[in-house]
Amino acid sequence: MPLTRDQLAQRAARELRDGFIVNLGIGIPTLVANFIPKGVDVKLQSENGLLGIGPFPLDADVDPDLINAGKQTITALPGSAFFSSSDSFAMIRGGHVDLSILGAMQVSQRGDIANWMVPGKLVKGMGGAMDLVAGVKRVVVVMEHNAKDGAAKLVKACSLPLTGQACVDMVISDLCVLVMDRARGRFVLTELAPGVTLEEIKAKTEASFDCAERLETVVV
Amino acid sequence: MAQNKVFRSTDDAFADLKARGILHDGMTVMVGGFGLCGIPEQLILALRDSGVKDLTCISNNAGVDNWGLGLLLKTRQIKKMISSYVGENAEFERQYLSGELAIEFNPQGTLAERIRAGGAGIPAFYTATGVGTPVAEGKQTRAFKRPFEDTKNMNRTPDAASERATSQPASSGGPDFKPAGTRDYVLETGLFADLALIKAHTADTHGNLIYRKTARNFNPMMASAANFVIAECEHLVLAGNLDPDHVHTPGNYIDRVIQTTSEKRIEQRTVRKA
Repeated sequence: MPLTRDQLAQRAARELRDGFIVNLGIGIPTLVANFIPKGVDVKLQSENGLLGIGPFPLDADVDPDLINAGKQTITALPGSAFFSSSDSFAMIRGGHVDLSILGAMQVSQRGDIANWMVPGKLVKGMGGAMDLVAGVKRVVVVMEHNAKDGAAKLVKACSLPLTGQACVDMVISDLCVLVMDRARGRFVLTELAPGVTLEEIKAKTEASFDCAERLETVVV
Repeated sequence: MAQNKVFRSTDDAFADLKARGILHDGMTVMVGGFGLCGIPEQLILALRDSGVKDLTCISNNAGVDNWGLGLLLKTRQIKKMISSYVGENAEFERQYLSGELAIEFNPQGTLAERIRAGGAGIPAFYTATGVGTPVAEGKQTRAFKRPFEDTKNMNRTPDAASERATSQPASSGGPDFKPAGTRDYVLETGLFADLALIKAHTADTHGNLIYRKTARNFNPMMASAANFVIAECEHLVLAGNLDPDHVHTPGNYIDRVIQTTSEKRIEQRTVRKA
Protein backbone atom coordinates (compact mmCIF):
# COMPACT_ATOMS: atom_id res chain seq x y z
CA MET A 1 0.00 0.00 0.00
CA PRO A 2 1.45 3.39 -0.94
CA LEU A 3 1.83 5.76 2.00
CA THR A 4 -0.80 8.49 2.37
CA ARG A 5 0.20 12.16 2.47
CA ASP A 6 0.00 12.11 6.27
CA GLN A 7 2.08 8.94 6.46
CA LEU A 8 4.73 10.48 4.21
CA ALA A 9 4.87 13.49 6.51
CA GLN A 10 5.01 11.19 9.53
CA ARG A 11 7.96 9.27 8.07
CA ALA A 12 9.75 12.50 7.17
CA ALA A 13 9.20 13.78 10.72
CA ARG A 14 11.37 10.91 11.97
CA GLU A 15 14.35 12.65 10.33
CA LEU A 16 14.01 15.53 12.82
CA ARG A 17 16.53 15.60 15.65
CA ASP A 18 16.39 17.40 18.96
CA GLY A 19 17.75 20.94 18.55
CA PHE A 20 17.42 21.04 14.77
CA ILE A 21 16.69 24.20 12.77
CA VAL A 22 14.36 23.04 9.99
CA ASN A 23 12.86 24.57 6.85
CA LEU A 24 9.70 22.91 5.51
CA GLY A 25 8.61 23.35 1.91
CA ILE A 26 5.06 23.90 0.66
CA GLY A 27 2.66 20.92 0.36
CA ILE A 28 3.33 17.59 2.10
CA PRO A 29 6.49 18.96 3.80
CA THR A 30 4.34 21.52 5.63
CA LEU A 31 2.39 18.61 7.17
CA VAL A 32 5.60 17.39 8.84
CA ALA A 33 5.00 20.04 11.53
CA ASN A 34 1.97 18.00 12.68
CA PHE A 35 4.09 14.91 13.42
CA ILE A 36 7.11 16.23 15.34
CA PRO A 37 8.03 13.32 17.67
CA LYS A 38 7.63 13.78 21.43
CA GLY A 39 10.82 14.95 23.11
CA VAL A 40 12.20 16.38 19.87
CA ASP A 41 12.49 20.16 20.15
CA VAL A 42 12.98 21.81 16.76
CA LYS A 43 12.68 25.37 15.49
CA LEU A 44 10.99 25.91 12.14
CA GLN A 45 12.50 28.53 9.85
CA SER A 46 10.47 30.55 7.37
CA GLU A 47 12.63 32.07 4.66
CA ASN A 48 10.70 35.35 4.66
CA GLY A 49 12.31 36.11 8.01
CA LEU A 50 11.16 34.06 11.01
CA LEU A 51 12.78 31.43 13.17
CA GLY A 52 10.16 29.83 15.39
CA ILE A 53 6.98 29.26 13.33
CA GLY A 54 3.95 28.48 15.49
CA PRO A 55 0.51 27.09 14.59
CA PHE A 56 -1.99 28.95 12.43
CA PRO A 57 -3.62 31.80 14.40
CA LEU A 58 -7.09 31.87 15.87
CA ASP A 59 -9.38 34.04 13.80
CA ALA A 60 -9.09 36.93 16.26
CA ASP A 61 -5.28 36.78 16.23
CA VAL A 62 -4.67 37.01 12.48
CA ASP A 63 -1.83 39.48 11.81
CA PRO A 64 -1.11 40.64 8.22
CA ASP A 65 2.50 41.35 9.25
CA LEU A 66 3.07 37.72 10.21
CA ILE A 67 3.05 35.19 7.36
CA ASN A 68 5.02 32.14 6.26
CA ALA A 69 6.81 31.59 2.96
CA GLY A 70 3.56 30.23 1.51
CA LYS A 71 1.99 33.61 2.38
CA GLN A 72 -0.33 32.00 4.95
CA THR A 73 -1.03 33.81 8.20
CA ILE A 74 0.84 32.14 11.08
CA THR A 75 1.97 32.74 14.66
CA ALA A 76 5.43 32.99 16.21
CA LEU A 77 6.34 30.83 19.22
CA PRO A 78 7.99 32.19 22.39
CA GLY A 79 11.72 32.42 21.71
CA SER A 80 11.25 33.36 18.05
CA ALA A 81 13.34 35.81 16.06
CA PHE A 82 12.44 38.00 13.09
CA PHE A 83 15.03 39.07 10.53
CA SER A 84 15.40 40.42 7.00
CA SER A 85 15.42 38.31 3.83
CA SER A 86 19.19 38.72 3.45
CA ASP A 87 19.74 37.58 7.05
CA SER A 88 17.37 34.69 6.42
CA PHE A 89 19.25 33.51 3.36
CA ALA A 90 22.60 34.07 5.05
CA MET A 91 21.27 31.57 7.59
CA ILE A 92 20.28 29.17 4.81
CA ARG A 93 23.30 29.63 2.53
CA GLY A 94 25.81 29.78 5.37
CA GLY A 95 24.94 26.25 6.53
CA HIS A 96 23.13 27.33 9.71
CA VAL A 97 19.96 25.36 8.93
CA ASP A 98 20.15 21.64 9.69
CA LEU A 99 17.43 20.16 7.53
CA SER A 100 15.33 21.10 4.52
CA ILE A 101 12.32 18.95 3.64
CA LEU A 102 10.86 19.72 0.22
CA GLY A 103 8.97 18.26 -2.72
CA ALA A 104 10.32 17.41 -6.18
CA MET A 105 9.20 16.71 -9.73
CA GLN A 106 12.34 14.70 -10.51
CA VAL A 107 15.36 13.41 -8.59
CA SER A 108 18.31 11.92 -10.47
CA GLN A 109 20.36 8.93 -9.38
CA ARG A 110 23.26 11.17 -8.33
CA GLY A 111 20.96 13.37 -6.24
CA ASP A 112 20.15 16.25 -8.60
CA ILE A 113 16.74 17.79 -7.99
CA ALA A 114 14.27 19.49 -10.33
CA ASN A 115 11.26 21.12 -8.73
CA TRP A 116 10.63 24.56 -10.19
CA MET A 117 10.10 24.53 -13.92
CA VAL A 118 8.22 22.43 -16.47
CA PRO A 119 9.11 23.55 -20.01
CA GLY A 120 6.03 24.66 -21.90
CA LYS A 121 4.19 25.49 -18.69
CA LEU A 122 4.13 28.90 -17.09
CA VAL A 123 7.16 29.39 -14.86
CA LYS A 124 6.31 31.03 -11.57
CA GLY A 125 9.83 31.14 -10.19
CA MET A 126 12.09 29.17 -7.89
CA GLY A 127 11.46 31.22 -4.75
CA GLY A 128 13.95 30.05 -2.12
CA ALA A 129 14.28 26.44 -3.34
CA MET A 130 17.69 26.84 -5.02
CA ASP A 131 19.14 28.49 -1.92
CA LEU A 132 17.76 25.76 0.34
CA VAL A 133 19.14 22.82 -1.65
CA ALA A 134 22.53 24.55 -2.07
CA GLY A 135 22.96 25.68 1.50
CA VAL A 136 21.11 23.54 4.03
CA LYS A 137 23.17 20.76 5.66
CA ARG A 138 20.75 17.94 4.82
CA VAL A 139 18.14 17.84 2.06
CA VAL A 140 15.23 15.39 2.29
CA VAL A 141 12.81 15.06 -0.63
CA VAL A 142 9.25 13.91 0.02
CA MET A 143 7.31 12.98 -3.11
CA GLU A 144 5.03 10.53 -4.91
CA HIS A 145 7.21 7.80 -6.40
CA ASN A 146 5.73 8.32 -9.86
CA ALA A 147 4.06 11.15 -11.72
CA LYS A 148 0.30 11.12 -12.28
CA ASP A 149 0.82 9.58 -15.75
CA GLY A 150 2.98 6.85 -14.18
CA ALA A 151 6.31 8.28 -15.39
CA ALA A 152 9.31 7.66 -13.14
CA LYS A 153 10.32 10.62 -10.98
CA LEU A 154 13.51 8.92 -9.79
CA VAL A 155 15.44 9.09 -13.04
CA LYS A 156 18.94 8.54 -14.44
CA ALA A 157 19.27 12.22 -15.36
CA CYS A 158 16.69 14.95 -14.82
CA SER A 159 15.04 16.05 -18.05
CA LEU A 160 13.60 19.12 -16.32
CA PRO A 161 15.79 22.16 -15.55
CA LEU A 162 17.60 21.61 -12.25
CA THR A 163 17.03 23.32 -8.93
CA GLY A 164 20.35 22.00 -7.63
CA GLN A 165 22.91 19.35 -8.43
CA ALA A 166 24.06 16.38 -6.31
CA CYS A 167 22.37 17.81 -3.23
CA VAL A 168 19.62 15.34 -2.20
CA ASP A 169 20.50 13.25 0.87
CA MET A 170 17.30 11.22 1.13
CA VAL A 171 14.14 10.49 -0.82
CA ILE A 172 10.97 9.47 0.98
CA SER A 173 8.37 8.38 -1.58
CA ASP A 174 4.96 6.83 -1.05
CA LEU A 175 6.57 3.47 -1.92
CA CYS A 176 10.02 3.49 -0.33
CA VAL A 177 12.94 5.31 1.32
CA LEU A 178 16.32 5.81 -0.36
CA VAL A 179 19.41 7.23 1.35
CA MET A 180 22.26 8.86 -0.58
CA ASP A 181 25.67 7.25 -0.05
CA ARG A 182 27.74 10.44 -0.43
CA ALA A 183 31.06 8.63 -0.85
CA ARG A 184 29.77 6.64 -3.80
CA GLY A 185 27.26 9.17 -5.10
CA ARG A 186 24.51 6.53 -5.27
CA PHE A 187 21.17 6.03 -3.57
CA VAL A 188 20.66 2.99 -1.32
CA LEU A 189 17.14 1.59 -0.94
CA THR A 190 16.61 1.10 2.81
CA GLU A 191 12.85 0.87 3.46
CA LEU A 192 9.74 -0.30 1.64
CA ALA A 193 6.18 0.83 2.32
CA PRO A 194 4.04 -1.95 3.81
CA GLY A 195 3.13 -4.49 1.11
CA VAL A 196 5.49 -3.00 -1.50
CA THR A 197 8.09 -5.30 -3.06
CA LEU A 198 11.60 -4.69 -4.37
CA GLU A 199 10.36 -5.82 -7.80
CA GLU A 200 7.68 -3.14 -7.77
CA ILE A 201 10.28 -0.45 -6.92
CA LYS A 202 12.57 -1.67 -9.71
CA ALA A 203 9.70 -1.60 -12.19
CA LYS A 204 8.65 1.93 -11.21
CA THR A 205 12.13 3.49 -10.96
CA GLU A 206 14.33 4.57 -13.86
CA ALA A 207 17.34 5.50 -11.70
CA SER A 208 19.85 2.83 -10.82
CA PHE A 209 20.25 2.36 -7.07
CA ASP A 210 21.77 -0.02 -4.56
CA CYS A 211 19.83 -2.14 -2.14
CA ALA A 212 20.54 -2.35 1.59
CA GLU A 213 21.39 -5.81 2.88
CA ARG A 214 18.29 -5.76 5.04
CA LEU A 215 15.25 -3.92 3.78
CA GLU A 216 13.07 -2.51 6.55
CA THR A 217 9.37 -1.78 6.35
CA VAL A 218 8.48 1.90 6.73
CA VAL A 219 7.14 2.38 10.25
CA VAL A 220 4.18 4.77 10.31
CA MET B 1 15.83 71.23 9.06
CA ALA B 2 17.98 69.18 6.69
CA GLN B 3 17.41 66.15 8.84
CA ASN B 4 13.63 66.46 8.79
CA LYS B 5 12.53 64.11 6.02
CA VAL B 6 8.80 64.09 6.61
CA PHE B 7 6.37 64.90 3.80
CA ARG B 8 2.67 65.30 4.46
CA SER B 9 1.39 62.92 1.82
CA THR B 10 2.46 60.65 -1.01
CA ASP B 11 1.44 63.41 -3.43
CA ASP B 12 3.75 65.86 -1.68
CA ALA B 13 6.56 63.33 -1.62
CA PHE B 14 6.21 62.70 -5.36
CA ALA B 15 5.44 66.29 -6.47
CA ASP B 16 8.94 67.39 -7.58
CA LEU B 17 10.42 64.00 -8.47
CA LYS B 18 9.88 64.31 -12.23
CA ALA B 19 11.26 67.84 -12.36
CA ARG B 20 14.33 66.68 -10.45
CA GLY B 21 14.87 63.79 -12.88
CA ILE B 22 14.39 61.19 -10.20
CA LEU B 23 11.22 59.83 -11.76
CA HIS B 24 11.44 59.03 -15.48
CA ASP B 25 10.37 56.46 -18.06
CA GLY B 26 12.65 53.44 -18.24
CA MET B 27 13.83 53.79 -14.66
CA THR B 28 14.61 50.95 -12.24
CA VAL B 29 12.54 50.78 -9.05
CA MET B 30 12.94 48.53 -6.02
CA VAL B 31 9.74 47.76 -4.14
CA GLY B 32 9.84 46.13 -0.70
CA GLY B 33 7.60 43.34 0.52
CA PHE B 34 7.06 39.59 0.46
CA GLY B 35 3.75 38.72 -1.15
CA LEU B 36 1.48 41.51 0.10
CA CYS B 37 3.25 41.59 3.47
CA GLY B 38 5.32 44.71 4.07
CA ILE B 39 4.65 46.34 0.68
CA PRO B 40 4.70 50.16 0.41
CA GLU B 41 1.10 50.09 -0.74
CA GLN B 42 0.40 53.82 -0.83
CA LEU B 43 3.73 54.59 -2.57
CA ILE B 44 2.89 51.99 -5.23
CA LEU B 45 -0.37 53.86 -5.85
CA ALA B 46 1.60 57.11 -6.15
CA LEU B 47 4.04 55.53 -8.57
CA ARG B 48 1.10 54.34 -10.68
CA ASP B 49 -0.50 57.78 -10.64
CA SER B 50 2.79 59.42 -11.68
CA GLY B 51 2.34 57.69 -15.04
CA VAL B 52 6.02 56.69 -15.50
CA LYS B 53 6.36 53.69 -17.78
CA ASP B 54 8.80 51.09 -19.13
CA LEU B 55 9.79 50.39 -15.54
CA THR B 56 12.16 47.67 -14.44
CA CYS B 57 10.83 46.56 -11.05
CA ILE B 58 12.99 44.68 -8.59
CA SER B 59 10.66 43.04 -6.12
CA ASN B 60 10.42 39.52 -4.72
CA ASN B 61 6.85 39.15 -6.04
CA ALA B 62 4.56 40.95 -8.46
CA GLY B 63 1.54 41.58 -6.26
CA VAL B 64 -1.93 40.25 -7.06
CA ASP B 65 -4.34 41.35 -9.77
CA ASN B 66 -5.71 44.42 -8.01
CA TRP B 67 -3.14 45.26 -5.38
CA GLY B 68 0.55 45.91 -4.95
CA LEU B 69 2.60 45.80 -8.15
CA GLY B 70 -0.35 44.11 -9.84
CA LEU B 71 -1.76 47.62 -10.16
CA LEU B 72 1.20 48.72 -12.30
CA LEU B 73 0.96 45.58 -14.40
CA LYS B 74 -2.66 46.38 -15.09
CA THR B 75 -1.70 49.83 -16.40
CA ARG B 76 1.26 48.28 -18.32
CA GLN B 77 3.81 50.55 -16.71
CA ILE B 78 6.19 47.66 -16.04
CA LYS B 79 8.48 46.43 -18.81
CA LYS B 80 10.53 43.99 -16.78
CA MET B 81 10.33 42.26 -13.40
CA ILE B 82 13.32 40.96 -11.43
CA SER B 83 11.71 38.58 -8.93
CA SER B 84 11.98 35.16 -7.31
CA TYR B 85 8.34 34.07 -7.48
CA VAL B 86 5.32 35.61 -9.15
CA GLY B 87 2.51 33.38 -7.86
CA GLU B 88 -1.11 33.73 -8.82
CA ASN B 89 -1.59 36.83 -10.90
CA ALA B 90 -3.74 36.47 -14.03
CA GLU B 91 -2.71 39.77 -15.64
CA PHE B 92 0.95 38.98 -15.04
CA GLU B 93 0.43 35.59 -16.67
CA ARG B 94 -1.26 37.11 -19.72
CA GLN B 95 1.44 39.76 -20.30
CA TYR B 96 4.24 37.27 -19.72
CA LEU B 97 2.83 34.69 -22.14
CA SER B 98 2.18 37.34 -24.81
CA GLY B 99 5.76 38.62 -24.50
CA GLU B 100 4.72 42.10 -23.33
CA LEU B 101 6.51 41.63 -20.02
CA ALA B 102 10.08 40.42 -19.51
CA ILE B 103 11.02 38.57 -16.36
CA GLU B 104 14.33 37.67 -14.80
CA PHE B 105 13.92 35.03 -12.12
CA ASN B 106 16.46 35.10 -9.32
CA PRO B 107 16.72 32.60 -6.47
CA GLN B 108 15.26 34.43 -3.49
CA GLY B 109 18.50 34.38 -1.50
CA THR B 110 20.47 35.53 -4.54
CA LEU B 111 18.00 38.38 -5.03
CA ALA B 112 18.29 39.42 -1.38
CA GLU B 113 22.08 39.23 -1.47
CA ARG B 114 22.35 41.07 -4.79
CA ILE B 115 20.40 43.96 -3.27
CA ARG B 116 22.42 43.83 -0.04
CA ALA B 117 25.66 43.78 -2.05
CA GLY B 118 24.58 46.67 -4.30
CA GLY B 119 23.78 48.77 -1.27
CA ALA B 120 27.10 47.86 0.34
CA GLY B 121 29.15 48.86 -2.71
CA ILE B 122 29.97 45.26 -3.62
CA PRO B 123 29.71 44.86 -7.42
CA ALA B 124 29.65 41.06 -7.44
CA PHE B 125 29.95 37.99 -5.22
CA TYR B 126 30.15 34.21 -5.49
CA THR B 127 27.36 31.92 -4.30
CA ALA B 128 26.68 28.19 -4.49
CA THR B 129 23.01 28.82 -5.20
CA GLY B 130 22.02 27.99 -8.77
CA VAL B 131 25.19 26.16 -9.84
CA GLY B 132 24.32 23.63 -12.55
CA THR B 133 20.90 25.22 -13.13
CA PRO B 134 19.58 27.64 -15.77
CA VAL B 135 20.39 30.45 -13.32
CA ALA B 136 24.14 29.91 -13.79
CA GLU B 137 24.08 29.81 -17.58
CA GLY B 138 26.44 32.37 -19.08
CA LYS B 139 27.87 33.32 -15.70
CA GLN B 140 31.40 32.79 -14.45
CA THR B 141 31.85 29.79 -12.17
CA ARG B 142 34.72 29.20 -9.78
CA ALA B 143 35.64 26.51 -7.26
CA PHE B 144 36.20 27.41 -3.62
CA LYS B 145 36.27 25.59 -0.34
CA ARG B 146 33.22 26.15 1.82
CA PRO B 147 34.03 29.06 4.16
CA PHE B 148 33.23 26.98 7.26
CA GLU B 149 35.61 24.25 6.07
CA ASP B 150 38.56 26.58 5.50
CA THR B 151 39.05 28.55 8.71
CA LYS B 152 42.82 28.29 8.24
CA ASN B 153 43.43 29.70 4.76
CA MET B 154 40.15 31.51 4.01
CA ASN B 155 40.28 30.42 0.37
CA ARG B 156 43.54 32.36 -0.13
CA THR B 157 45.75 29.42 -1.15
CA PRO B 158 46.08 29.09 -4.94
CA ASP B 159 44.99 25.44 -5.03
CA ALA B 160 41.84 26.08 -3.01
CA ALA B 161 40.32 28.40 -5.53
CA SER B 162 40.55 27.79 -9.23
CA GLU B 163 38.82 29.60 -12.01
CA ARG B 164 37.09 27.38 -14.50
CA ALA B 165 35.05 27.44 -17.65
CA THR B 166 31.95 29.59 -17.72
CA SER B 167 28.44 28.73 -18.76
CA GLN B 168 27.75 25.27 -17.45
CA PRO B 169 24.99 23.49 -19.31
CA ALA B 170 21.98 22.89 -17.11
CA SER B 171 22.14 19.15 -17.48
CA SER B 172 22.67 16.49 -14.87
CA GLY B 173 25.47 14.90 -16.85
CA GLY B 174 28.67 13.29 -15.61
CA PRO B 175 30.68 14.43 -12.60
CA ASP B 176 32.47 17.73 -13.10
CA PHE B 177 36.11 18.13 -12.18
CA LYS B 178 36.72 20.08 -8.97
CA PRO B 179 39.86 20.50 -6.87
CA ALA B 180 39.67 18.33 -3.75
CA GLY B 181 37.41 19.65 -1.02
CA THR B 182 35.92 22.40 -3.15
CA ARG B 183 32.56 23.07 -4.74
CA ASP B 184 31.49 25.40 -7.51
CA TYR B 185 30.24 28.93 -6.95
CA VAL B 186 28.63 31.22 -9.48
CA LEU B 187 29.35 34.94 -9.83
CA GLU B 188 26.31 37.15 -9.24
CA THR B 189 26.25 40.94 -9.53
CA GLY B 190 24.99 43.55 -7.09
CA LEU B 191 21.74 45.42 -7.76
CA PHE B 192 21.16 49.14 -7.40
CA ALA B 193 18.06 51.13 -8.40
CA ASP B 194 17.11 54.70 -9.28
CA LEU B 195 14.36 54.65 -6.66
CA ALA B 196 13.39 52.40 -3.76
CA LEU B 197 9.94 52.33 -2.14
CA ILE B 198 10.02 51.01 1.41
CA LYS B 199 7.45 50.09 4.06
CA ALA B 200 8.27 50.45 7.75
CA HIS B 201 6.16 50.15 10.87
CA THR B 202 7.56 53.13 12.75
CA ALA B 203 9.74 55.99 11.53
CA ASP B 204 11.13 59.08 13.17
CA THR B 205 11.48 62.47 11.54
CA HIS B 206 15.14 61.74 10.65
CA GLY B 207 14.13 58.64 8.69
CA ASN B 208 15.24 56.03 11.21
CA LEU B 209 13.06 52.99 10.63
CA ILE B 210 11.72 50.05 12.60
CA TYR B 211 9.98 47.20 10.80
CA ARG B 212 7.45 44.78 12.28
CA LYS B 213 7.55 40.96 12.24
CA THR B 214 7.81 39.39 8.78
CA ALA B 215 6.92 42.71 7.12
CA ARG B 216 10.66 43.48 7.32
CA ASN B 217 11.71 41.05 4.53
CA PHE B 218 13.37 42.92 1.61
CA ASN B 219 12.81 46.45 2.95
CA PRO B 220 16.10 47.00 4.85
CA MET B 221 18.34 45.98 1.94
CA MET B 222 16.33 47.99 -0.58
CA ALA B 223 16.61 51.05 1.64
CA SER B 224 20.37 50.90 1.09
CA ALA B 225 20.38 50.13 -2.63
CA ALA B 226 18.84 53.05 -4.51
CA ASN B 227 19.76 56.63 -5.40
CA PHE B 228 16.54 57.92 -3.90
CA VAL B 229 14.57 56.21 -1.13
CA ILE B 230 11.05 56.93 0.09
CA ALA B 231 9.64 55.17 3.12
CA GLU B 232 6.00 54.97 4.16
CA CYS B 233 5.26 54.18 7.77
CA GLU B 234 2.25 53.52 9.98
CA HIS B 235 3.58 55.44 12.96
CA LEU B 236 5.69 58.59 12.93
CA VAL B 237 7.52 60.02 15.93
CA LEU B 238 9.85 62.97 16.54
CA ALA B 239 13.55 62.17 16.35
CA GLY B 240 14.70 61.17 19.79
CA ASN B 241 11.69 59.00 20.50
CA LEU B 242 13.07 55.79 19.01
CA ASP B 243 15.54 53.78 21.06
CA PRO B 244 18.69 53.87 18.86
CA ASP B 245 19.30 50.26 19.89
CA HIS B 246 16.07 49.26 18.19
CA VAL B 247 16.55 51.05 14.86
CA HIS B 248 16.69 48.60 11.93
CA THR B 249 17.48 51.08 9.13
CA PRO B 250 19.52 54.18 10.05
CA GLY B 251 17.97 57.40 8.78
CA ASN B 252 20.84 58.35 6.47
CA TYR B 253 19.55 55.84 3.90
CA ILE B 254 16.15 57.50 3.70
CA ASP B 255 15.36 60.62 1.65
CA ARG B 256 11.67 61.05 2.42
CA VAL B 257 9.19 59.70 4.95
CA ILE B 258 5.41 59.76 4.85
CA GLN B 259 2.88 58.44 7.31
CA THR B 260 0.07 56.48 5.70
CA THR B 261 -2.89 54.36 6.67
CA SER B 262 -2.18 50.84 5.45
CA GLU B 263 -4.86 48.45 4.31
CA LYS B 264 -2.50 45.49 4.77
CA ARG B 265 -4.38 42.99 2.65
CA ILE B 266 -3.89 39.28 3.35
CA GLU B 267 -3.17 36.82 0.56
CA GLN B 268 -3.80 33.52 2.34
CA ARG B 269 -5.86 33.95 5.47
CA THR B 270 -5.28 30.70 7.32
CA VAL B 271 -6.68 30.07 10.80
CA ARG B 272 -7.11 27.25 13.29
CA LYS B 273 -10.31 26.49 15.20
CA ALA B 274 -10.51 27.61 18.82
